[in-house]
Amino acid sequence: MEQPNLEYINRLARGNESIKKELINIIKTEFPEEKKEYYASIESGVFKIIEENVHRLKHKISILGLVKNYEIANEFETNLRKLDLNGQEDFEKILRLITRYIKTI
Amino acid sequence: MKCIIIDDEKTARVILKTLCNEIKSLKVLEDFPSAIQAIKYLNKNQVDLIFLDIHMPDFNGLDFIRSLKNPPKIILITSDPNFAIEAFEYGFIIDYLLKPLEFNRFKKAIEKAKLKELSAISTKVDTSIHKEIENDFYISIDRRLIKIDLPSIYLIEAKGDYIKIKTEDKDYIVHSTLKKIEEKLPDALFLKIHRSFIINIKKIIDIEDNSVLIKKDVIPVSRSKRPELMKRLDLL
Repeated sequence: MEQPNLEYINRLARGNESIKKELINIIKTEFPEEKKEYYASIESGVFKIIEENVHRLKHKISILGLVKNYEIANEFETNLRKLDLNGQEDFEKILRLITRYIKTI
Repeated sequence: MKCIIIDDEKTARVILKTLCNEIKSLKVLEDFPSAIQAIKYLNKNQVDLIFLDIHMPDFNGLDFIRSLKNPPKIILITSDPNFAIEAFEYGFIIDYLLKPLEFNRFKKAIEKAKLKELSAISTKVDTSIHKEIENDFYISIDRRLIKIDLPSIYLIEAKGDYIKIKTEDKDYIVHSTLKKIEEKLPDALFLKIHRSFIINIKKIIDIEDNSVLIKKDVIPVSRSKRPELMKRLDLL
């Protein structure tokens, strides 16, 4: 299975450790908040808000180098626009994968 | 270029700031998590460029664009190019960048913004030639504005749709007409002595019959222009 990585962040930081650290810290802070908002929106059942939360989380997925998983998230977002929850389970697997990973960085 | 960043996601704003810091000509004045906050800021401040996330809750990037009265240049930031297509009907949209942003692509977008700025300056200054202060002149060549010291010009020659400006150091070919440049030149220094030539009268070395010698160029003088030339030489 595809694993999260810091390739993009390293590329962006260009060897600047403080930039790298700043980005990692923001992701570590922002991701859990966005994940929480996502699950709250699932509870609310308002598709528009679920879609907005998925959209925001998609960026974290791409930053962490999860190319294939990004496509899965994209499909889920498209389904949500059609008021369809198909893809929710796979999307939430990605969230769990990232949750585990950010504890290690 | 003074710029602001609008994106509801902090990570995206920090990434953009990181990229902007890599380019000397960019100065990030502020960053905003919502378009509404940015509108308030823009009511009181002027910026040259906005990095705008399209997909934002409540008031999205497209709503923001429609609300602007005097829009600066805008570079759209999005995860989905389909959202950017609608925005391209507006002339001030320079480019769109897909998340996650990469430096090389970002740099290209900034180059486009610079070109747009340069072409706007060029248009403002009557397409090709602009007198900034008394002794300086700007000419537009290949979208670059080049400063020329007026007294250093000794000859301007018509060449079809172009003019050739000869200076002490260098010659320049500019897309313009002799008539246009003549209007901009100070009368005290320059005179049109032939339908194809304007000369700097202070650079004349020699006058013989119906020609003048300037540097190494022998320039014909029209019969109708000769009296004016002689009169002006009296003033020197």
